[in-house]
Amino acid sequence: MEKIKSIEELRKLREHARESLKVRSGEAKVKIMVSMGTVGIAAGARDALMAIISELEKRQFHDAQIVERGSLGLDKEEPVVAVERDNKTVFYGKVTPEMAREIVAQHVINGQIVSEWVIAKE
Amino acid sequence: MKELSLNILDIVENSIKSGAKNINLEIEEENKKDFLIITVKDDGKGMDDEFVKIIFDPFTTTSTNKKVGLGLPLLREEAESCGGGIEIQSKKGKGTIVVVKFKHSHIDRPPMGDLASTILTIIATNPEINFSYVHKVNGKVFKLSTKEIREIVGDAAALRDVTILKWLGDYVRENIKTLYGGERSGKN
Repeated sequence: MEKIKSIEELRKLREHARESLKVRSGEAKVKIMVSMGTVGIAAGARDALMAIISELEKRQFHDAQIVERGSLGLDKEEPVVAVERDNKTVFYGKVTPEMAREIVAQHVINGQIVSEWVIAKE
Repeated sequence: MKELSLNILDIVENSIKSGAKNINLEIEEENKKDFLIITVKDDGKGMDDEFVKIIFDPFTTTSTNKKVGLGLPLLREEAESCGGGIEIQSKKGKGTIVVVKFKHSHIDRPPMGDLASTILTIIATNPEINFSYVHKVNGKVFKLSTKEIREIVGDAAALRDVTILKWLGDYVRENIKTLYGGERSGKN
């Protein structure tokens, strides 16, 4: 049976976090916003967020900040994920965990907007 | 909502929207006494008595871009149909306490679901809030507090690091699994 993680192990990761924050001085290059209203949650926003964290971790991309925002009033499009990069905000609708992973790989990391899933731009 | 853990996320999101800086989530489950109680306490802006009276009306919402708020009315219906109920105490300027009770063994009680993802979502999106989570299952207890975690990792910014978040997610998941006896994957 695998040994249960100890919270003390977290101390070891502290240095790692410091290094990644040092590399990223100031504001993060990319902001990822997930809509966390009741409808967003019921439609799967939490699972989309988990996929985003997992994909960022897998690719060791530390230059992104994850934030939540309230409902945009686009209930039919929930879960809504917005990516702010290069002074542009792109909104994606009906984001499944698989789509969230693709958005991280294509847009967040490589700057390539996944046009087919875009519902709005700012 | 198909899982109680999604209802919990929805209630905590209400606390966050109310400007809370301290949010305590406590879940208590007892098979012998046959109850499951979820308590969310916050120090947000609270509500006056008049607002609390109409909180379960679906046409009551603080949202500016929609006219209905279905989270609490649907949760009340669910809890009441499972031999439980919901209580809300709130004081304007002080905060709110939401208590949701279920009969644990009720056949219609939604499963807890992926509680670890709910906890991680709260931490990842609001690392600066003092969020504490206490979960008791048949006498076993698991506790987590972001205040303590921030002391270990240095500051709230470190709690945005994906490596740390991934570790925390696994840590919470493992501990919830242990609470449920190690066999179930937290989807009790």
